[in-house]
Amino acid sequence: MEDKIKEYEVVIGIEAHAELSTKTKIYCNCSTEYGADPNTHCCPICTGMPGVLPVLNEKVVEYAVKAGLATDCSIAKFSKQDRKNYFYPDLPKAYQTSQFDLPLCIGGHVDIFVNGAKKTIGITRIHIEEDAGKLIHDEFTGSTLVDMNRCAVPLIEIVSEPDMRNAAEVIEYMQTLKGVLEYLEVCDCKMQEGSLRCDVNLSVRKWGAPNFGTRTETKNLNSFKAIQKSIEFEIRRQIEELENGGIIYQETRRFDDNLGIGYAMRTKEDAHDYRYFEEPDLAPIVLSDEYVNSIKNNLPEMPNVRRARYVEQYMLSEYDATQITNSKLLANYFDKTVSLCNNPKSVTNWLMGDFSKMLNELNLEINESKIIEENLANLIKLIDTNIISSAMAKKVFIEMFETGKDAKVIVEEKGLVQLTDESAILKIVEEVVNSNDQSVSDYIAGKDKAIGFLVGQIMKASKGKANPTTVNELLLKILEAKK
Amino acid sequence: MELYSLTIHEIAKKIKLKEVTIREVLDSVYSRIDSLESNVNAYINLTKEYAYITADKLQKKINDGLDIGFLGGVPIAIKDNMCMKDVKTTCGSKMLENFVSPYDATVIERLESAGAIILGKTNMDEFAMGSSTENSYFKKTVNPWDITKVPGGSSGGSSAAVSCDMAFAALGSDTGGSIRQPASYCSTVGLKPTYGLVSRFGLVAFASSLDQIGPFTKDVTDMAIMLNAIVGHDDKDTTSVNLEKIDYTKYLINDAKNMTIGIPREFLSEGLNPDVKKSFDIAIDELTELGAKVIDIKLDYIKYSLATYYIIATAEASSNLGRYDGIKYGYRTDKFENLLDIYKKSRTEGFGDEVKRRIMLGTYVLSSGYYDAYYKKAQKVRTLIINDFKRVFDSCDVIALPTAPNTAFKFGSKTSNPLEMYLEDIYTVPVNIAGLPGISIPCGFDSSNMPIGLQFISSAFEEKKLLQLAYTYEQNTEFHKMKPNI
Repeated sequence: MEDKIKEYEVVIGIEAHAELSTKTKIYCNCSTEYGADPNTHCCPICTGMPGVLPVLNEKVVEYAVKAGLATDCSIAKFSKQDRKNYFYPDLPKAYQTSQFDLPLCIGGHVDIFVNGAKKTIGITRIHIEEDAGKLIHDEFTGSTLVDMNRCAVPLIEIVSEPDMRNAAEVIEYMQTLKGVLEYLEVCDCKMQEGSLRCDVNLSVRKWGAPNFGTRTETKNLNSFKAIQKSIEFEIRRQIEELENGGIIYQETRRFDDNLGIGYAMRTKEDAHDYRYFEEPDLAPIVLSDEYVNSIKNNLPEMPNVRRARYVEQYMLSEYDATQITNSKLLANYFDKTVSLCNNPKSVTNWLMGDFSKMLNELNLEINESKIIEENLANLIKLIDTNIISSAMAKKVFIEMFETGKDAKVIVEEKGLVQLTDESAILKIVEEVVNSNDQSVSDYIAGKDKAIGFLVGQIMKASKGKANPTTVNELLLKILEAKK
Repeated sequence: MELYSLTIHEIAKKIKLKEVTIREVLDSVYSRIDSLESNVNAYINLTKEYAYITADKLQKKINDGLDIGFLGGVPIAIKDNMCMKDVKTTCGSKMLENFVSPYDATVIERLESAGAIILGKTNMDEFAMGSSTENSYFKKTVNPWDITKVPGGSSGGSSAAVSCDMAFAALGSDTGGSIRQPASYCSTVGLKPTYGLVSRFGLVAFASSLDQIGPFTKDVTDMAIMLNAIVGHDDKDTTSVNLEKIDYTKYLINDAKNMTIGIPREFLSEGLNPDVKKSFDIAIDELTELGAKVIDIKLDYIKYSLATYYIIATAEASSNLGRYDGIKYGYRTDKFENLLDIYKKSRTEGFGDEVKRRIMLGTYVLSSGYYDAYYKKAQKVRTLIINDFKRVFDSCDVIALPTAPNTAFKFGSKTSNPLEMYLEDIYTVPVNIAGLPGISIPCGFDSSNMPIGLQFISSAFEEKKLLQLAYTYEQNTEFHKMKPNI
């Protein structure tokens, strides 16, 4: 089977949905805040009472235009909103107001980096629409409840070209989009709260085949893990199906993250006919050049520009630069820390290493950590001025992470100052050498490994405070003299 | 003379001058309603308790020497498709039989801030779909001129109430003629404003791009007063226009000499009742005598109006009525197996035949594969009709037409043939398609003494021309003074 998989090319396009972080909903003044008590952020308008009318929140247009400009889309001077008609209890009007044939943003792209290589992913369109409510199935009573707080929270749907070929590219694409949206401050991109989620359109074909295979759409994936697993599942499923002489149906699918399997929801035969038509209650959206230009001129520095700057200015690798700049929070943290300690390489190593590992374990964003930029900069300065060793720094860092204390304070409290006085170190080295005859003769006999033991003994005798570089230098000098 | 038989401008003055109390006015109207309602069936719900509370508040203000607005203390009826807070809004449907609105329509706020008192909610064709008010789930409103005949529709309750003094004025809604045609049938003045002149916020939508709220009054002067109350931009309705506020009573000018009236003669042959034609011709002669210049005009695409209307209106309705699904409010079936079953049964049982017919038509014309042939084409024809009117208004101020091809018909005589019923809207529908204003005023009676309406149409936002011409006609004729003998 693994050999068979190699015979196929995978083709993936993504429809990403981002909830816009406007204060109010798209057609009324209700709050968009997440996590409120059910049905408390609702009014006659967003609950579809008879006789109500929508009024478009202009911030929604502004945010969508920002996203369009940041992804090199052209902004439509004239676009309109349409009704997508279907029945579902989380959709109180029985239609979703969306954009059908004249979306706000058309024909852009983003660049992603996979294994150091740049790839351009086309963006077909970005349009505005409203979110639906949430159904809560109460297993205790067997009933289903509707929470309409999310009804009419504004969304943008970002539709990509079928330009991706594997899960890694999709993850990078979504990371890149997430970065762009965060930089623009148009979406908080909290995937676990569903404010950024995506549908995966996937098909396979034999390498060199002229036409795309039949695609399936896996809906509503809201974690990178789920995206990755669902893609891997669906690739395998489609290829197995084809290899067994079956055919792929155009269908909508769901992926169960817990079970790790996907299943079909509905096929094209019973697909909805959404009966799109122009929303008569809303005027077309007409944008002037001045409006679009004023947004364009006020866009913040975008991740790709920042990434290039990091590579150029700080000599970061493409990979490190991409990882750091994909998150605005991380990049801002990086900038400030570097400005305080002037050691971009070291800041990068901390951010890419222990720090992000510990944050990930606790599912924290960097701004939620107790370590502020000044603390990390001070830690790096302590290393750079040889006051503590790297090994000591790791321990100090853990305490900083747990307590939020400054590195200097911890070092002082624990008396962790590094021993750099050569004569003091020499004394310890000599003592250890004199009391470990066996190791010394092993070394002289050519067993280089013995030196490790001796270094360990010296560090132990100095309570870990001796500067390792000095220890190594002095030890070698003494041992060589004994040869 | 009974208080209920007065006009708005007469009763408002008496209240202001403290010649009568608002309670006396309300007592008069409600006793009129009490004596006639069992015959006429104009109302679905009365808001009597609330009306008296409002009356007392207003009276106190008057007694304290405060201004209570130009509609101060005037009792007005509302078609039951306009939402009023804490009051049932049924739309004449079983679906919304027990629906209590949580908010006020903008027109309700405007009327109340001008001092009006809401008497109750009037009967209508279910969801405003119909031309006879026979499609109401609740009752059949009769024509006060002949109780064996329909009052017209869909705002039949409002027109019937005003015609026999069961309200000083009423609001209706007009999607294809639902104000003007019942005004014509019951001998009231009915005006459908330009699309966008009056806020639709709180009007339960039938066809969003065609619906417009307008008043029924006893004469043209009252019409100008009612317009003053309800016209104006509303932040809650983005299709409402933001124009400078004008005082419509300034256009109550008895002078037709500066007016050019266009008549689309070829539109006046097929299917037009001879009595209606005769009254129309006499009215035009009268206007000519009053100094108006009359010219022939040609509207090339107007013959496609009904077809266009029944595609666009039903398409929009099929979407607008999707929300009545038995989930959140309104009728829900008793027995169901699953979600689809709730939808199917609630809608099957909750909607009447005409509503279901139009939902099916609208769903069909929007379906993939049919959209281009029907809906898209209808939108194109709509543009042609709009341009047609624009061209014609280069050469005339006002277009004159009969309001309806016939006078009120007997109950049940057109219910078996929906197409025949639809034809009653032939002269009113083009106005909605083009978003123009139109007024219907009494202009005579047929051989069986049933009222006939004369319709004037102007270009967009030229209601003042309609009022001036209608006022001139009214000042020189007696038809508006005739009352049904009920």
